[in-house]
Amino acid sequence: MALDTAWAIDWVRRTAATIDEHRAELVTLDREIGDGDHGENLDRGFRAVVEAVDAGSFDTPGAVFKTVATKLISTVGGAAGPLFGTAYLKAAQAAGDAPELDAGALVAVLTAARDGVVSRGKAEVGDKTMVDAWSAAVDAAGTAAAAGEGAERVLEAAADAAVTGAESTDPLVARKGRASYLGERAIGHRDPGAQSTAYILRAAVDAA
Amino acid sequence: MTVGILVVSHSAAIATGTVELARQMAADVPMVAAGGTDDGGIGTSFEAITDGVGELASADAVVVLCDLGSAYLTTDTALDFLDDADRARVHVSPAPLVEGTVAAAVAAQTGGDAEAVLAAAASAAGSADDASGASRPTDGPEPVDGLPGGAAPADDAGPVDGTVASETVVLVNESGLHARPAAEFVKAAAKHEARVRVNGVDAKSLLAIMALALPKGADVTIEADGPDAEDAVATLVALVRSGFGE
Repeated sequence: MALDTAWAIDWVRRTAATIDEHRAELVTLDREIGDGDHGENLDRGFRAVVEAVDAGSFDTPGAVFKTVATKLISTVGGAAGPLFGTAYLKAAQAAGDAPELDAGALVAVLTAARDGVVSRGKAEVGDKTMVDAWSAAVDAAGTAAAAGEGAERVLEAAADAAVTGAESTDPLVARKGRASYLGERAIGHRDPGAQSTAYILRAAVDAA
Repeated sequence: MTVGILVVSHSAAIATGTVELARQMAADVPMVAAGGTDDGGIGTSFEAITDGVGELASADAVVVLCDLGSAYLTTDTALDFLDDADRARVHVSPAPLVEGTVAAAVAAQTGGDAEAVLAAAASAAGSADDASGASRPTDGPEPVDGLPGGAAPADDAGPVDGTVASETVVLVNESGLHARPAAEFVKAAAKHEARVRVNGVDAKSLLAIMALALPKGADVTIEADGPDAEDAVATLVALVRSGFGE
């Protein structure tokens, strides 16, 4: 399947479903090193996103991303709202009016999303945040695209790397967010935002 | 110049409570609380922040105070959606929420511009004077100067131009040097060029004075050095003797 508007809409639905499915796990991860609301907040956010997508009509993936952005920003309530919201907003800008994303456009979209998260949250790779998953995904997508892979394979490489990126947060001490108050007690726990990033990118693969 | 204050907290109760507290000392400052999520839960609301900036549209500048991390993230995101003219008049302070809001509100009440309000908020961030009433670990250093509350001397630099004045008076009003009288005291002190100290702390710092927690009957020693030192001491002594209108 091409990465077109129908794909973008299906990605949204699958994201809402996977977040709902993993809500308890995300809540537990966040309770261990944060304030425990990540699963609930994201679940509420993506439910609102699905409602908005159901109610609207869209011509491009970019238009879908923009709706995701504004809904997440206005409904999530925790740090994930502005962070994922900014990611989707930058993704929408990078996607522009293109009716579908080829490999190069996909890399541009993922890179813009990651850069949006970095500029919003001021975190770097290794700070034990969702940036660790996003950056791994962007690097892998760039490598796959440079090797001549098509958009779907690039997306798959990104989603696989996001899982590795999320796992890489386990041994880290957090330098951003609520978990940074815990110091070394955060070691051994996965960053919930990195984990949800991995789920969101997996949903994109499943929709393709 | 009017400066409005927007208080952004994860908790609606904290935001409204902070505004209530600050309003006691700054009745004329436009202040808006943006706390909690839209459905009344714990979190920050993009819409409440955006609406708050809108409610403060008549202020020349808006200073925003936030609590934990995502309050800053949501605020920054909301500001990104403003048009350039609106964006330019909004400033985010990194100061701690309650102390920063109180100090900012007093600065705004006394006519400070955005820069002065931001500076006042920043000055509220954990100075030794502010914390003088806090408990100390048992093996920590004892207060050294014998002043009420163990407040540290403001500094030990010499007089600016040799004019020094000092007088001790007794607090006569019922509630002592609590919030509102302290704010009046700071306002009066700030009108003078001289450096002014009250019981060893900066008389132009509201939070330092409030941390002294001086009750009715307490001795208040006002010292000043600088060109209008004598006038400063005379004015402040008169203010204390007047009982702050209580």
